[in-house]
Amino acid sequence: MQQLVNGLSLGSIYALLALGYTMVYGIIKLINFAHGDIYMLGAFWGYYVINQLHFNFWLALASAMLFCALVGVVIEYLAYRPLRNSPRIAALITAIGVSFLLENGMAYMFSSNVRSFPQVMKVKQYHLGSVSISNIQILILAVSIILMILLQLIVRKTKMGKAMRAVSVDPAAAQLIGINIDRTISFTFALGSAMAGAAGVMIGLYYNSIDPLMGMTPGIKAFVAAVLGGIGLIPGAAIGGFVIGLLETLMQALGFSAFKDAAVYAVLIIILLIRPAGILGKKIKEKV
Amino acid sequence: MKKNLKYNLTWLAIMVVGYVVINLLEFAGIIDQFGENTMVLIGINIILATGLNLIIGFSGQFSLGHAGFMAIGAYVCALITSSVATPMGMAIGMIAGAAVSALVALIVGIPTLRLDGDYLAIATMGVAEIIRIILNNLKITNGPAGLYNIPLLATWPVVYFMVCVTTLIIVNFIHSRDGRAVMSVRENEIAAESMGVNTTKWKVLAFVIGAATAAIGGALHANYIQTIAPTDFGIMESINILIIVVLGGIGSITGTFVAAVVLGLLDMILQNFGTLRMVLYSLALILLMVFKPSGLLGTWEFSVRNLFNRFTRSTKQKGDA
Repeated sequence: MQQLVNGLSLGSIYALLALGYTMVYGIIKLINFAHGDIYMLGAFWGYYVINQLHFNFWLALASAMLFCALVGVVIEYLAYRPLRNSPRIAALITAIGVSFLLENGMAYMFSSNVRSFPQVMKVKQYHLGSVSISNIQILILAVSIILMILLQLIVRKTKMGKAMRAVSVDPAAAQLIGINIDRTISFTFALGSAMAGAAGVMIGLYYNSIDPLMGMTPGIKAFVAAVLGGIGLIPGAAIGGFVIGLLETLMQALGFSAFKDAAVYAVLIIILLIRPAGILGKKIKEKV
Repeated sequence: MKKNLKYNLTWLAIMVVGYVVINLLEFAGIIDQFGENTMVLIGINIILATGLNLIIGFSGQFSLGHAGFMAIGAYVCALITSSVATPMGMAIGMIAGAAVSALVALIVGIPTLRLDGDYLAIATMGVAEIIRIILNNLKITNGPAGLYNIPLLATWPVVYFMVCVTTLIIVNFIHSRDGRAVMSVRENEIAAESMGVNTTKWKVLAFVIGAATAAIGGALHANYIQTIAPTDFGIMESINILIIVVLGGIGSITGTFVAAVVLGLLDMILQNFGTLRMVLYSLALILLMVFKPSGLLGTWEFSVRNLFNRFTRSTKQKGDA
């Protein structure tokens, strides 16, 4: 039970990150390698506004989301838009370049030391029988679920969401019926990056330490989560994130913490072999 | 094979001349120790990247797990040369490493190469990470500390020789009947299949050859750097090799050579900038991709055959006139 709680809070962070991957992939078929680094920027933003401007947690969270959304849009405009019509692998290398730039730029400007994240909230432990939950874990879980529901509402109910879905199905047809593709893609990047920013601030609070390279591993895990759930599908990303979070904590609890990453990849490969489009993905028949 | 003999012999001559020239430069003191170090690292990168180019550029399968096969080659060869520290041991180590790596690639490739595009990329990345984590936890590989005091057997001539051998093998493979079958899979898998090409077989074969060359690259790396640890073979290493392939032009072996040399020199020049080095490196990467998305050379290939043809054509035209 205790592991379930830990796994769920870790999983919700992965899920938030996976949402950004899955939306961007769904709309322009790009593995946005820099996504994990936007999450790092969110954590750093939280660190500075709390330390320098004495923001409270909610204000830090909201401002980090806003800041990351802006960064995401700028990156898309400068680095990915010129490559929209070139081979996908070229765009992928550019994304890797952006990721290097963010990591090393931050390390250059702020040194690569690990910093401790300011504790804006007093940690309280609640005990329910044998299970103990901290208020931060509840907060992470609640905020992530609220954000995911909000995102689902935006994608399903608003006009912009409809445009996003249209562009992801067929960009050319979407353009023909008067959808502004550039604006829709920018909006997608803004949404995904805002989620990453929120995840960054919350992980800072949870693990209490941040550094410029913190985005690399969670970024890759979150992408694995997105693929596991079925890439391009928002509920799939959420499920994939929770599955990976739970699997990791389970392996740790069983005493195989050295092999927890190996287990994640092994499960991924097995699922891909059984269901090549992920857990929720539909198999598209090849037509000649 | 016979048809290509003339061109292969020409290449051989070019390679021998290249070796002599570099040795003379070294003798004259123009290439110092630092320069030789850069050349060896460029050479190893060329071996790794040509293997990956065969997988990505010619068979069209997107692999992100090259570092895993490199790690297998590095560890197998390091373990062998640590007990048999002779050039013979090095040769046995490289062959054994390539064989183990090819076997693993075969086992992994048969199921995963059914996946396409980005799913395959992520699956191969997973395989490489699993290999790395296993190396991290085995006793014989000395866990996270890795192996050290590996004898320095990958000297400059050895690396040069291996660059020539692997490139000759891969280029001849591409220009053979088998190579054309591999490329037909890249161009259109369904069309190739309906023409009777066993697509799975050729995809796996290209993958296995690529993995074997990666192992040779890894073996040279281990016996040049002399210490290896599992962290050397993470995702970043796979990505570094991928960058060379894409920057040079996917599907151009000449491009791979040019990109490996350009990146090696860039790295050498940027050494002076300290921490700013990686910032400049990533900026250069982004700008190159934004302004030249098809890579430095695209799919252009330097070919002795074309040179010969042009030469004979121009002499014929002179004769006509």
